[in-house]
Amino acid sequence: MSIIHFKKSKILVTQIDEFLDMVSRGSIIFRNGIREYLDGEIACFENTIIEISKLENRADELRHSIENQLYMNSLIPEIRGDVLGLLENMDTVINAEKKSLNQFSVEMPVIPVEYGKDYLALADVCMSSAEALVTAIRAFFHDFNMVKNYLHKVYFFEKEADKISDRLKRRIFNSGLDLSQKIHLRYFALHIEDISDHAEDVADRLGISTIKRSF
Amino acid sequence: MIYFYLISGVFLGWSLGANHAANVFGTAVASKMVRFKTAATICSLFVILGAVFGGSGTTATLGSLGAVNAMAGAFMVTLAAALSVYWMTKLKLPVSTSQAIIGSILGWNLFSGSVTNFHSLTRIVFSWGAAIVLTASFSAILYLLIRGVLKRSRIHLLTLDSYTRSGLIIVGAFGAYSLGANNIANVMGVFVPVTPFRDIVVAGMFTLTGVQQLFLLGGIAIAVGVFTYSHRVIQTVGNDLLKISPLAAFVVVLAESIVLFLFSSKGLEGWLLAHGLPTIPLVPISSSQAVIGGIIGIAIVRKGREIRFKVLGDIALGWLATPLLAGVITFFGLFVLQNVFNQQVYRKVVPPAIQRVIHRPPKPGNVSEPKAPDHKTAPDAKLSDKKNGRSDIK
Repeated sequence: MSIIHFKKSKILVTQIDEFLDMVSRGSIIFRNGIREYLDGEIACFENTIIEISKLENRADELRHSIENQLYMNSLIPEIRGDVLGLLENMDTVINAEKKSLNQFSVEMPVIPVEYGKDYLALADVCMSSAEALVTAIRAFFHDFNMVKNYLHKVYFFEKEADKISDRLKRRIFNSGLDLSQKIHLRYFALHIEDISDHAEDVADRLGISTIKRSF
Repeated sequence: MIYFYLISGVFLGWSLGANHAANVFGTAVASKMVRFKTAATICSLFVILGAVFGGSGTTATLGSLGAVNAMAGAFMVTLAAALSVYWMTKLKLPVSTSQAIIGSILGWNLFSGSVTNFHSLTRIVFSWGAAIVLTASFSAILYLLIRGVLKRSRIHLLTLDSYTRSGLIIVGAFGAYSLGANNIANVMGVFVPVTPFRDIVVAGMFTLTGVQQLFLLGGIAIAVGVFTYSHRVIQTVGNDLLKISPLAAFVVVLAESIVLFLFSSKGLEGWLLAHGLPTIPLVPISSSQAVIGGIIGIAIVRKGREIRFKVLGDIALGWLATPLLAGVITFFGLFVLQNVFNQQVYRKVVPPAIQRVIHRPPKPGNVSEPKAPDHKTAPDAKLSDKKNGRSDIK
């Protein structure tokens, strides 16, 4: 019985690692997508959307597979719910990234050049928060004593994202742009900022799960 | 009729199996780390092995406290212990089969006018306390060791889960063996002096003594208890009282198993003696209280966050209440058996030294009857009594 469990566990370890790789890669692709859009490389940007859609589908498949195996084999019974909750919430980070890029593709907001740097900076810190989160989740599985060391980074980058977003929105609304464009641009700041908010939500859950996991 | 009397031992064995399997596999099954059928099969097998091959040490200690020498008496002693356990469980008080049987034997001693060996009694009561302290100490040490290893090894959560699963099965088997070896004396110990079984040679390979057959019967009764009723107890105990993580359960069960083993291993006793070291008394202890000791050990390391001092108070209360209740039931039960059902519940015994004096022919010229020496003060009587035990007047 135990040998079977060891084999199944090994497969699951690989799948969880792959899932976390996808979340990490998703945040890099997202950042690249924003840069391509701001640089006007629309063809590349559309390819990036396709890429992140595929990634999101694969992440969904993996998550379902992990979920089924954890339940079917009664693995990690005492914190199974927490692990599944974490993976589901991690999935919302990729979803938010895909949704955000898709909004750019559908609405094609006109972003004046002077705001381009701020949008890219916002995308950068959101990517950093998602990556810090992935590292924290990996630590949760391998070395839960280290989780705190990464969680504070997630919170730091989320605050940074809030600051940049706030500064950007103030600049937009203090400009001479049309109100409709101001509102449009604000929505896109919010879409990007949403990613770090999702990362923060997962980090909150992770903090509690880590306390429960502590031996 | 003689086999009928064993029913009370079988009942106590069933009750022990039903209640105490939770101390070995409780968290593992309740948390679904190990399937009940797997746990019950391993538990039953190892309880029987422990009972048959390791149960003689604690039985000798119980025998030294009071050798119940009539079948009907042994029946009532065991029945009273079983009823006390049942009653205390109903009252939701922490109960120990070991404490119940000690109370019953003391009740029999009182009824039959037998002398209670206070040295043995003190040793037994001291062992109950020592068992909790030892389990707490082992548990704390093991906890710190495992925590240190986990910090350094960076084992993946799922790999650790597989290790824990295997570990729970292995320590569960060890715990079941130790439980059988340590607690079989409670179930069948009082029947040893009056065992109806004769030695049998199994397939010309080995001899199964009468006592081993008695323990085998007790072990099977425990196994039946494990299979028929322990699942419900496991669900209650595993989910409510002992809500600890499977890894912490591994530590607690391992500490409990080590302590049960220490208090029942004749081999270890022999080894300690051979090396001139102090021995550990072979005494039946309470596995439930050992488990509580194990949890306290972990709680102390975690800076006492989870210590419920009321539980310790309840245990101390149980040390008094359980033997007292069992002793009273035994006393009145023996009275009823003797006077209503006309059964012989004890046989009058006289120490061998006194027998020698009684049967000594009078010296020539001395016409007076020989005066029996005071058993309490005669040094040769004490020595002979200790060496040979008591025997019946022929």
